[in-house]
Amino acid sequence: MSETKHDDPISVFLNGLWKQNPVFVMVLGMCPTLAITNSVRNALAMGLATTFVMTCSDALISMIRTLIPKQVRIATYIAIIATWVTVVDYLVKAISIDVYKALGAYIPLIVSNCLVLERPEAFAGKQPVGKSVLDALGMGLGFAFALTCLGTVREVLGAGTFLGVHLFGKNFEPWVLFLLPPGGFISLAIWLLTFTLWREHKAKRAAAQQAANELAEVA
Amino acid sequence: MHESLTHIFLDAFLINNFVLCVFLGMCSFLGLSGKFSTAWRMGVSVMFVIIVSSVVSYGANMIMVHFHAEYLRIIVYIVIIAATVQLTEMFIRKKSPALFRELGVYLPLITTNCAVLAVPLFQTGRHYDLIQSTVFALAASGGYCAALILLSLVRERTDLGDIPQLAKGTALTLVLASILSLAFMGFAGMGNGG
Repeated sequence: MSETKHDDPISVFLNGLWKQNPVFVMVLGMCPTLAITNSVRNALAMGLATTFVMTCSDALISMIRTLIPKQVRIATYIAIIATWVTVVDYLVKAISIDVYKALGAYIPLIVSNCLVLERPEAFAGKQPVGKSVLDALGMGLGFAFALTCLGTVREVLGAGTFLGVHLFGKNFEPWVLFLLPPGGFISLAIWLLTFTLWREHKAKRAAAQQAANELAEVA
Repeated sequence: MHESLTHIFLDAFLINNFVLCVFLGMCSFLGLSGKFSTAWRMGVSVMFVIIVSSVVSYGANMIMVHFHAEYLRIIVYIVIIAATVQLTEMFIRKKSPALFRELGVYLPLITTNCAVLAVPLFQTGRHYDLIQSTVFALAASGGYCAALILLSLVRERTDLGDIPQLAKGTALTLVLASILSLAFMGFAGMGNGG
């Protein structure tokens, strides 16, 4: 899908974090994005768990990429990813039982996050280990960043708190709708619109700049 | 254990609709709801995959419990689903090559539809027996299909409308989904009685 043209390690990393942000630009991995972001803590935990799964499985896939026959590559990828998801499932349970309960069924469901499967298909299956790890880290952190953005909006508006700390006075009436499913859809729509607006604004400015330069040259 | 079948059905179909209330199967919900004709075909294919894999996973889970190998659950379930999807693909290719061409790349993607993996996971977590699992799978997949069809019908109408260029695409779909989800919240009251 999204091939990177730049080859140096930093742009490979930044590509996932910003330019090809998995949520805001590629619109992948929607289920956890909408379901888990009702608080910042959950969003961060989910983002980090996904990053861990992606980094480990992309490294492994990249290592054995020449051994995998083309016909069964998807099945192989899924088996490797499922293994790492099982590891994360037990890790989260060992680290914090509260987070484990809050994330519930969505940890095993990392297996079927389209983002996690798309990266090996588009990148790690063809690139050397170091680059694949960087790409997975960038994509994973970009995903975590987007989740945190969404979680912030929903927690601040829906509960009046940030990471559990109360932000407003006693008179604040929480906007509970934002914690409920419709709030998830709406806040993602708002973030997407904001990003589109911003990008369009930037494109317009670049075009204006170019036009001005050409005018200057003519003069 | 003693949930009635009607309650399981209503709960998975309306009250906790898989797509609009639990956020499962989002990618295909947003990606494939553009046209009614694709939407219902996709919905029915997913229903078939969910029901078959739910029954097979029920059996697989019994074997895993017998050998105390519950930690293999995620891997075994995803392999079952991948196999079922492969089977469906072969079946559709044989029966209706036209439909196969139309669904194209989206058929293999059913494997990574989280709604499909969630059904076996939930039915194991809630200790449903075989009949309960089947009813649950039917209701959950029916709910997915219904939500997909509803959104596709709305989107076919908004395609004709005069919408700001900026909002077209995913953002508009998300707003529509949000309104549908608000409507489905009305069913939440039904949960208390059952």
